[in-house]
Amino acid sequence: MKTNSIKSPSRRQFIQQSAATTGAFVLGMYLPLTSDAVTNSASPTVVNAWVQITPDNQITLICARSEMGQDVYTSMPALLAEELNIPLSMVKVQIAGVAPIYINALLGGQITGGSSSVREAFDKLRIAGAATRSVLVQAAANRWSVPITDCKAMNGKVSHAGGKSATYGELAAEAAKLPLPEKPALKSPANFMVIGKESMRRLDTPAKVSGTAVFGIDVKIPGMAIASLAQCPVIGGAPRSVDSADAMKVSGVIKVVQISDGVAVLAKNFYAARKGRDALKVTWNEGAGASISNAGMRKQLESGLTKPGAVIQAKGDATAALGNGKQLSAQYFMPYLAHSTMEPVNCSAVVADGKCRIIGPIQFQQGAQAVAAVATGLKPEDVTVETTFLGGGFGRKLELDFIRQAAEIAKASGMPVKMLWTKEDDITHDFYRPMSVHQMDASLSSEGKISALKTKMVSQSVTARAFPAFVKDGNDPFMVEGSANLTYEIPNLEVRNVIEDSGIRVGYWRSVSNTLNAFAVESFMDEAAKAAGKDPVAFRLSALSKEPRAAAVLKMAVQKSGYQAGSKRFGVAQMECYGTYSACVVELDPYAASTMVKKITFVSDCGIAIHPDQARAQLTGGILYGLGAALYDEITIEQGRVQQSNFNNYPSIRMNQAPIVEVHLVASQEKPGGLGEVGVPLVAPALVNAIAAATGKRIRELPIKV
Amino acid sequence: MGTTFNLNGKSVNFDGDPETPILWVLRDHLDVMSPKFGCGAALCGACTVHLEGNAIRSCSTPVSAAAGKNVTTLEGLAPKMGKALNEAWVEFDVPQCGYCQTGQMMSAADLLTTNKHPSSGDIKNALSGNICRCGTYARIEKAVKRAADKLA
Repeated sequence: MKTNSIKSPSRRQFIQQSAATTGAFVLGMYLPLTSDAVTNSASPTVVNAWVQITPDNQITLICARSEMGQDVYTSMPALLAEELNIPLSMVKVQIAGVAPIYINALLGGQITGGSSSVREAFDKLRIAGAATRSVLVQAAANRWSVPITDCKAMNGKVSHAGGKSATYGELAAEAAKLPLPEKPALKSPANFMVIGKESMRRLDTPAKVSGTAVFGIDVKIPGMAIASLAQCPVIGGAPRSVDSADAMKVSGVIKVVQISDGVAVLAKNFYAARKGRDALKVTWNEGAGASISNAGMRKQLESGLTKPGAVIQAKGDATAALGNGKQLSAQYFMPYLAHSTMEPVNCSAVVADGKCRIIGPIQFQQGAQAVAAVATGLKPEDVTVETTFLGGGFGRKLELDFIRQAAEIAKASGMPVKMLWTKEDDITHDFYRPMSVHQMDASLSSEGKISALKTKMVSQSVTARAFPAFVKDGNDPFMVEGSANLTYEIPNLEVRNVIEDSGIRVGYWRSVSNTLNAFAVESFMDEAAKAAGKDPVAFRLSALSKEPRAAAVLKMAVQKSGYQAGSKRFGVAQMECYGTYSACVVELDPYAASTMVKKITFVSDCGIAIHPDQARAQLTGGILYGLGAALYDEITIEQGRVQQSNFNNYPSIRMNQAPIVEVHLVASQEKPGGLGEVGVPLVAPALVNAIAAATGKRIRELPIKV
Repeated sequence: MGTTFNLNGKSVNFDGDPETPILWVLRDHLDVMSPKFGCGAALCGACTVHLEGNAIRSCSTPVSAAAGKNVTTLEGLAPKMGKALNEAWVEFDVPQCGYCQTGQMMSAADLLTTNKHPSSGDIKNALSGNICRCGTYARIEKAVKRAADKLA
């Protein structure tokens, strides 16, 4: 599984799966996400797995990725609409159910993550759109007995040079019977009418600003109970004994059921469920996790530095070269973090008549189907999965714990149920970004360049828990993000990773290991620049001669930010992340405390930006997400219990704390890079670099404590 | 029995526990879904509604406090205010995940009722209780100013 390259999806596979996807199959598996999403009662013709058209020409495009803010609800349809030659104003969007054709080829499952949606879909959905346009045109040519070359599809209509025309809707039924072409011609970017336009608008904005957008928490099912789940204060524990007598006395409580890892109180409303839950008397088998504490885990990771680990990358002879020239060493530390989405974890489930229906804010649809099948004892094909809007995902809703729990509660209670966690449940029962320790050693040549670099990261492996088959010979391919793809030219290089299982439940957190490794690498680059007596920008540029895209974004960030060599207000950082090259300049407020950021300038070369306005929005959001974490956030664990619980002790950056963020995109015709996570990793190293410039104090641990 | 209050101009009744926060009466009994549940502790503002025209955190305000009073949600804002906010939020394509935005808009409506021409500082202060994990703050600020212009 390589995350930085685009694999072309197999056209044959697309076509075979499209052909195998019957109308009934698709129709049963999508969910209108807004109360007015389906305005037309005419049943649509399913042209293929991506396009449905009613006879009166209402075109619905299927979005097979989860919308959690990152704009797939618009960018995925845009790729289809481009080749269908229709403006986005003509389309409606449906979120896909679960089916093999919707698998993300970059991740091997129907998964939204890894900033991969556009990267994976860029060719695939344009091919799907072009193939669909082709059969619509063919259907028209057949109907009129004219050469296909005399017919043209544009704006929802196929026209013939002789004056005949028919809407896509009028042609859809015939088009659906035609074989899709294997190699439809794609438009040249010069002819794009949808992609890359500044005028493009988010298709989900109207619903989200009128309160009609359906998030997981908004799901309503007739006869549904609301469930609040008591879970063991130690993750991994299970109920030993339950006394529910007092809970049952709470007004509004309907039922109490025990599941594998908790006790659920079902009620008419969430307040009653929560109050009932507070009245439960539960004793727990806390399990092995009860002995875990932060200090012990940190010690374990630090001792892991003595292990050889896996060599991720080796060039030249770093060991021999390290002996020569000026030596430099530093160690960096990153804390556990929670995702802290705005919408607490929740899921709705119905288990009845040998079927299970799962509805919720889900990032991994096949996983959802699989865990619900196990939890209910049903076959996967008897489980449907409907994905709502996600009130933030950041990797948390990639996990499957809450889906299994909702399915177990629905099965045990015999009621349709919406299980909703509290914020405290969410912060204390997350899958945390792993703690990590980074040892960096370098030597500098007489010209002041890095002649050798050794890096060693010690951390728990998320992948070893979530997708163990991908961890081979001690190498977790997701742990090397930000260290295996260094842009710097370093003649002698050795990158090692050591996996240390500290027993805490870890998960993928927005930008995954990029945020860990970039902090170490970009902090260390600044330390090396200082040791070499060079300006941090000039020092970096001197090692980027073979990476023109990286050099270009850094130069542009310098120019846009007003960076001045020798000034004590600025800090820089740069990297390649998910195929996008970015540079960040943090400017401190010279009149305030040393961590007061005045302005952040961020420049990205993300290749072709499908939706430039939202590309900038994503980067801005990522920057603030990364900044808030760097300034405020740390999850600590004592005796297996997470010490933080809500926004009071696990803060988020607020409006009055947010600095000016200026984002610029480099005009590019390269293939699209990722965007949803790319803003996150660089802000922390750029900030500590600025603080070091301002105060001389080098911060090597997050969160920043000054 | 029960608690009677005016919701968006219509009299409604809730016959459950009067300590039930307004949020859950709205969401679980009256099918008003625009106020969201974020923190449950008046820390994030996702549940913001108006009680007698003032922004409150409905997750932490018992329905008994609304007895005989007016509760307003996004759906029930005065048409001019609702339209101005809606158009301004659409103009700047403010939302990302969108979960906090209805609460942001309700805090903005409260601000614009008492301050017709808020400065950036006024907006930041008034909306500092509304967290957006997607980081849409700069667009929110622009949208509040545009809504103020529309209302002028």
